[in-house]
Amino acid sequence: MNASDSEEDCYNERTALVQAENPALPSYRPEPEQAPPTNAEPKMQGGARRGGSPVLDGGEADQEADVDDEELTLKYGAKHVIMLFVPVTLCMVVVVATIKSVSFYTEKNGQQLIYTPFTEDTASVGLRLLNSVLNTIIMISVIVVMTIFLVVLYKYRCYKFIHGWLILSSLMLLFWFSFMYLGEVFKTYNVAMDYPTVGMIIWNFGAVGMICIHWKGPLQLQQAYLIVISALMALVFIKYLPEWSAWVILGAISIYDLVAVLCPKGPLRMLVETAQERNEPIFPALIYSSAMVWTVGMANPSAHSERPAQDAAPLWEGEEAEQSSAGAEPESRPSRSYPADEDLEEDRGVKLGLGDFIFYSVLVGKAAATGEDWNTTLACFVAILIGLCLTLLLLAIFKKALPALPISITFGLVFYFSTDYLVRPFMDSLADHQFYI
Amino acid sequence: MTAAVFFGCTFIAFGPAIALFLFTIARDPLRVIFLIAGAFFWLVSLLLSSLVWFITVQISNRDSAAQQKGLLIFGVVLSVLLQEIFRFGYYKLLKKANEGLLALSQEETMPISIRQLAYVSGLGFGFMSGAFSVVNILADSVGPGTIGIHGDSQHYFLSSAFMTMAIILLHMFWGVVFFDACEKQRWWALAAVVLSHLLVSCLTFQNPEYVGSLVPTYVIMFLMGVWAFCCAGGSLRNLKLCLTCKDKDFLLANHRPR
Repeated sequence: MNASDSEEDCYNERTALVQAENPALPSYRPEPEQAPPTNAEPKMQGGARRGGSPVLDGGEADQEADVDDEELTLKYGAKHVIMLFVPVTLCMVVVVATIKSVSFYTEKNGQQLIYTPFTEDTASVGLRLLNSVLNTIIMISVIVVMTIFLVVLYKYRCYKFIHGWLILSSLMLLFWFSFMYLGEVFKTYNVAMDYPTVGMIIWNFGAVGMICIHWKGPLQLQQAYLIVISALMALVFIKYLPEWSAWVILGAISIYDLVAVLCPKGPLRMLVETAQERNEPIFPALIYSSAMVWTVGMANPSAHSERPAQDAAPLWEGEEAEQSSAGAEPESRPSRSYPADEDLEEDRGVKLGLGDFIFYSVLVGKAAATGEDWNTTLACFVAILIGLCLTLLLLAIFKKALPALPISITFGLVFYFSTDYLVRPFMDSLADHQFYI
Repeated sequence: MTAAVFFGCTFIAFGPAIALFLFTIARDPLRVIFLIAGAFFWLVSLLLSSLVWFITVQISNRDSAAQQKGLLIFGVVLSVLLQEIFRFGYYKLLKKANEGLLALSQEETMPISIRQLAYVSGLGFGFMSGAFSVVNILADSVGPGTIGIHGDSQHYFLSSAFMTMAIILLHMFWGVVFFDACEKQRWWALAAVVLSHLLVSCLTFQNPEYVGSLVPTYVIMFLMGVWAFCCAGGSLRNLKLCLTCKDKDFLLANHRPR
């Protein structure tokens, strides 16, 4: 995939799945990438079968890399899907468990974010719909503006500003929101707690989180923190977005995503291209990474040397946003998914942007929040996972940047509304009579 | 008491299925994916049948209880038929996908065999079916309440849990037999699967006469289990070897990636 040079590629940094395989150094190795489709077939007929650990020699490395990529893609495609299923599932489980037990996040007290100023407490349906559409427009435009701002900053190398912005955002999430969350959990279970203990807990939690996310830390701890902050963010959205606005926003975000990826000239595409030109990882801070890099037996030391920088020291700041009633910055997080540079031994991990986690969890959380019915939640959960699976499949087929939101959110929305209105009465009647299908 | 009922019924309903999942499916990502895809297919079939049922209810007479019950029975039958149609559709899709995978990769054997797919898809159907049948009931069993306070059966939760377990296992067996029948073009076996599914669902019309519905269901489950075992290549000899740990193929297979 020669991402940076092709015109028809368009990325959405926020919600794109990019498969950066060969890519190890895309700008340095253009030729093999141009012809993977044509090279692949003859190679397959004649070529030797590669097992699990191909060791590429320098010479024919290029062409064989293509064939190996095909195989490796297939072999490890399923593994990558599971590597994404697990964190997405965990995030959704955390959100659903919280929604079902802590009533704070489902109570609406009329407080809304400044990005959704129009109220939904209106008498007529038409006015309510209009208000939610207006809210959506405002929210989406804010996101677009912030993204453009970020891209501009990145282009003009204002790294310090970006870093500062991101550190501030994650400080807010890790300290304030988790403090609120802890408080609500204690209230729900009527646990007596004193401030010094809470202070200690939150301080430790937040400090370790900042270190793991912005500097170095064990991979699993970092993954856990990313899942937790996505869940917290999703809970905030569920609480503060009005009912209909939330659904319209979900729909609009996925349409925006789709449009942004399929049309040329998006801000995020420029971001990605700039990052690739400079050969820097793109905002790993707000990208969930399941990458595991094996640093043994690399044939290409120069390619290898950059990897530790990318993976061992994961993150840079991605862009983040929290929304609270006080009004901080809105989100435009990069939610891309792309495999980390692999090479021989394996594991190209997969990366998925936190925005995807958040919106998936918002959808499932809202399904859990409305009513006593668990069937809707289950249906949305399965729909989202299947959407993710399909997206990864498309990624493997097309090998270009794809948004992770549209398919999953579409399935999720379709299944939410249909399960809520069609399946629920059916299943309820069946359960009344204890009929089984 | 309610917590005990909740945990008890959950483990009764999902115990075998979760054990099967953990021991045979969880390690292999490809199987997990196909399990979830199977669950998705079941969900779509349910959606379609609910849609049809919903439409018929809208145009019917809401006040007549007999008519509503009749429509519900119609809904059940339709749902069963749609489930089996979607199972067939899933089979076709898997065949195509397998051929595609085979063509793309250089290996001579497929990464996952059609028998494994049959098992996994059947279990996927079962999981989803069981979950949709029983999760709401389990959620209710936690909360405060008295069961059967208006004179209904006291054994509602327990019988639901047992029925769900039977249904999940049955779906798995049906999956295996169904795919095998499709592979070998044995249409009578296909029809038998569909008919047994219909039979099991229709037996539940007798609820709350649980003896009439649960016992035959378990008998059918046992028979289907034996049939599926034979379809999957099992035999008494295999069983004996396996139970006495003398099956060399099995022992060897566990040390070698297939």
